[in-house]
Amino acid sequence: MVNTQVNLSGWTLDNPVIPASGTFGYGAEFAELYDINCLGTFSFKGTTLHARYGNETPRIAESASGMLNAVGLQNPGVEHVIEHELPELKRFFRKKVIANVSGFSLEEYVETARRLDEQEQVGLIEVNISCPNVHGGGMSFGTDPKAAAEVTAAVKKVCTKPVYIKLTPNVTDIASIAAACEDAGADGISMINTLLGMRIDARRRKPLLANVTGGLSGPAVFPVALRMVWQVYERVNIPIIGMGGVSSAADVIEMMLAGATAVQIGAANLVDPFVCRNIVEALPGLMEQYRIENLTDIIGGAHR
Amino acid sequence: MTESVFTLLSNRELAPTVFELKLQGDCSAITAPGQFVNIRLNGFYLRRPISVCDLEGDVLTLIFKVVGQGTGAMSRMHSGEKLDLLVGLGNGYDLTLCGERPVLMGGGAGVPPMYLLAKRLLERGVKPVMILGFNTRQEIFYEEEFRTLGAETYVATVDGSYGTKGFVTDVLGKLDYTHTCCCGPEPMLKAVYNASVTSGQYSFEERMGCGFGACMGCSCKTKYGNKRICKDGPVLVKEEIVW
Repeated sequence: MVNTQVNLSGWTLDNPVIPASGTFGYGAEFAELYDINCLGTFSFKGTTLHARYGNETPRIAESASGMLNAVGLQNPGVEHVIEHELPELKRFFRKKVIANVSGFSLEEYVETARRLDEQEQVGLIEVNISCPNVHGGGMSFGTDPKAAAEVTAAVKKVCTKPVYIKLTPNVTDIASIAAACEDAGADGISMINTLLGMRIDARRRKPLLANVTGGLSGPAVFPVALRMVWQVYERVNIPIIGMGGVSSAADVIEMMLAGATAVQIGAANLVDPFVCRNIVEALPGLMEQYRIENLTDIIGGAHR
Repeated sequence: MTESVFTLLSNRELAPTVFELKLQGDCSAITAPGQFVNIRLNGFYLRRPISVCDLEGDVLTLIFKVVGQGTGAMSRMHSGEKLDLLVGLGNGYDLTLCGERPVLMGGGAGVPPMYLLAKRLLERGVKPVMILGFNTRQEIFYEEEFRTLGAETYVATVDGSYGTKGFVTDVLGKLDYTHTCCCGPEPMLKAVYNASVTSGQYSFEERMGCGFGACMGCSCKTKYGNKRICKDGPVLVKEEIVW
């Protein structure tokens, strides 16, 4: 019998498989398809203090082995999430969930995180300082070590639960941002958010996305994400939740060998709604094949 | 919604760049006309959403227009090929809103979902009137199929090369009807919205990520709040639409 359990800052997960924020809503669409209690947990849709419609459409474009999105943090706002989405989630999900928090000012991050930290169903706060699709917030906090540290310290101050900072890959040196977050008290790092990209509709001679640019995700970004997790693992001593193009149990193992303690799956959920369940089911067999008894043993294993 | 593997039975070109696929597989998740399927294609990351044209036992008919590389690849598929489909997506048309004499309008690639809708209405004893809109005579498809079904059928062409010269609304204005159902490019939907004197159901199109409500890629604003075209639509009722 292999052991797939992993531990995020004191929170034991049955397995490291976590659907990523923005690809899994608040769970309901997938709970119609399979029992989502098989997951380690999931990270819910990026939530802000106030309701947001997000960007105009088109918000989605395809690319080779991946896709671009420019949704722009559409969400019903933190109070609605607490009043409606979390009670609804309780009906079909027994585990704690990762609360993904976004904001446009320091105060907004703090207030949204504080409200979600109070919720019994929340196991961990994931602070998104890396959304490439909104202006005047989001990624601007994640591209400067000082700003990243400020958000980390401020959110940490009002939270009792572990605080993980979700980083953008759209920087020169992601390890220095991660280190700044660690120094400011972050309990862990989530990485990577999407890579900034664009497509042009040649027939109309116009950008395909209404927002002009969007975030690239899918298998195309997996090697980039893996390299960055590797670099950050070398630099920090806090756990890393690795993500970026992960689509199979083999990708999960590879991401953990690079240094991830747990792994999120994003774009793949949109193409194959059963992918996370399938990964959970495939992991033990693959572990046996690789002679892995305890999954935690391989975290950062490729560095040794 | 279910995910299942379908076998392609046939692929034929109905009109230039318009193809009809017949697929065999588990269609049990389809509950209403106007729903769609999402097709996984080799070599393409995202699935391709295509509306259901007809359903007969375990045989599904899809009609699509080649608009890009994905639909281009679909046009070259051969019978016997296996395809992974998400089936039973979207809300579809509500038959109970149609009254005794609904007008069903399809524009170009928006014609196909009207076929299953007409069929289901006829099964209930409702006699729909069809108006099919095309740019020109060469693009027309399924006129005969609608007549064979037993539906009163009109055709409008923009260049006047066949049927009424003009748009579906040029025919609509001459008819008495209880309700409208339509699918087509947005300018057509808007024209029907402005010209029609009854309640109606309008099927919208948008670039989608997942097709089942998870990614918020195809959101739109309505008078009843934000909706997802893929999950809460693609069919919206007239009174909720915001242009």
